[in-house]
Amino acid sequence: MQQWLPLLGVPVMVLGFALRLNALLVVLIAGALTGWANGLDFDALLQLFGQKFLAARQLAAFVLVLPVIGLLEHYGLKTRIRELVVRRRAATAARILMLYFLLRDLTGIFGMPQAAGQVQTVRPLLAPMVEAAAEARHGELPAPVRELLRAHAAACDNIAIFFSEDIFIAFGAVLLIDAFLKDSGIAGITPLQIGLWGIPSALCALAVHFVRLARLDAAIERQVREHRAAPAVGP
Amino acid sequence: MSALVSQHGLFVLIGVIVLLQAAAGLRDRGNANRWIGALFWGLFSLPFLFGDTLVESWGPAAAYRAAGIVVVALALLAGSGRVRARGELQQRPAPAPPPTFRLLTPALLIPVVTLLCVTLLAKLKFGNIPLLDTANPTLTALGVAGVCALLAGWALTGGTPLLAVSESRRLFGAAGDALVLPQMLAMLGGVFIAAHTGDAVQHLAVSAIGPGQRLLPVVIYGLGMALFTMVMGNAFAAFPVMSAGIALPYLIQGQGAQAAPLLAIGMCCGYCGTLLTPMAANFNMVPAALLDLRDRYKVIKVQAPTALCLLAINIALIYCLAFR
Repeated sequence: MQQWLPLLGVPVMVLGFALRLNALLVVLIAGALTGWANGLDFDALLQLFGQKFLAARQLAAFVLVLPVIGLLEHYGLKTRIRELVVRRRAATAARILMLYFLLRDLTGIFGMPQAAGQVQTVRPLLAPMVEAAAEARHGELPAPVRELLRAHAAACDNIAIFFSEDIFIAFGAVLLIDAFLKDSGIAGITPLQIGLWGIPSALCALAVHFVRLARLDAAIERQVREHRAAPAVGP
Repeated sequence: MSALVSQHGLFVLIGVIVLLQAAAGLRDRGNANRWIGALFWGLFSLPFLFGDTLVESWGPAAAYRAAGIVVVALALLAGSGRVRARGELQQRPAPAPPPTFRLLTPALLIPVVTLLCVTLLAKLKFGNIPLLDTANPTLTALGVAGVCALLAGWALTGGTPLLAVSESRRLFGAAGDALVLPQMLAMLGGVFIAAHTGDAVQHLAVSAIGPGQRLLPVVIYGLGMALFTMVMGNAFAAFPVMSAGIALPYLIQGQGAQAAPLLAIGMCCGYCGTLLTPMAANFNMVPAALLDLRDRYKVIKVQAPTALCLLAINIALIYCLAFR
């Protein structure tokens, strides 16, 4: 029984997220229960919370980019992006996502993952472009389709960067694997070899996601048509 | 060794932006929750504004305790469900949009400047003082890019940085406490580590493996990387635990698997887990909040088919490539 106590926080998280309780509150309860079950007193727990929270401050780095996004959107960035995209008839939502996927792969392979990202490029540029392209083709988009496209923009960035940055030999993952090998006394493997073994996974990620994206434009068209055909339903 | 653009300086800048949000939000008289929102953002700015100073002057124990109290207060305020803006936010009349290039230039400056930061500026030094703090390249790159783009936006549109901060409150207001989630979850990951959660997971995984098997340990290693990453929200935290617990004894030593493909592709199994978990908040939850998605799990749902498919493929890749 004792050995399962450290896992107490996991079912709490699953239950809390499933019940759609406030995420911060769920995290606090899961942390408090885990700490308490493992013999931390209140003061030690409070200090542990504070220490780890301070140590994770770099995760709020995206705050530094929000003001300029707010400014540009105030002046009509989305309108201008729409005008740009609408003029290009070949630009469909899926094709824009595919192109972005390839560019994002390149930033990973060359070790520059920070050059793009959820706040840097997805929110201000990619999501409005994808939405505008779909709108130009299919007319006014129903809310669920809009949500789907925005989520696809975010997903595209994540999937492309996760599986491509391992190929770059100085990326954290390769260094972590290298350090693990040295700790375990396994010699004769260079970071370059580790990086090369990241290539099959990166190619598979590209293939799988492109197959899905290739069917996206048709799926949007179907959803828009179904939405128009369906009679308006109350809330 | 201090840099001209230091981590401490950027934290203070984040604190100032967040604190200004608190002030800007108070002016939205249409928002019934403005006081709770202001208190929340005010509290959230404190660890950024004073965190480093307090650790120096009060000592770690007292400073961590104070930060811990802030964390508890943030979670309780968020739990009241009244941090997110409700009602009409005061809108400034939208000006006529400036020409396209004036708007797109600052937006494109963000990725271009981050690119410059990681490639060229990271190596720049004035005498002995480096220009950029290299301890945390993402933070520095985003900070420099954010400020450069903001100044360019000021020059090209005439909108001041103060207007920018005020206008970004729509982003802060809509996203609400989801913006604090990455840090809270990283904190929870820290508590899990302190509670030796890894040992329990390892114990659980190993209990299923018998001697002389090859496929089963491969599957358990791949699934274990994905599942433990889902718990921790971070593949790097899962990797040493699962690799030392399963890959090393049962596959490398037990079955003579090649370490390089096994571990490199094992890490990718972990990334499949990252795509599936709300614990990886900065990848899955913050984007959903910033893109104003009603369904906060929509990004994860869209990623799920690709992630599950890739998990199966990566496990098969290990089996095919690590034993040759």
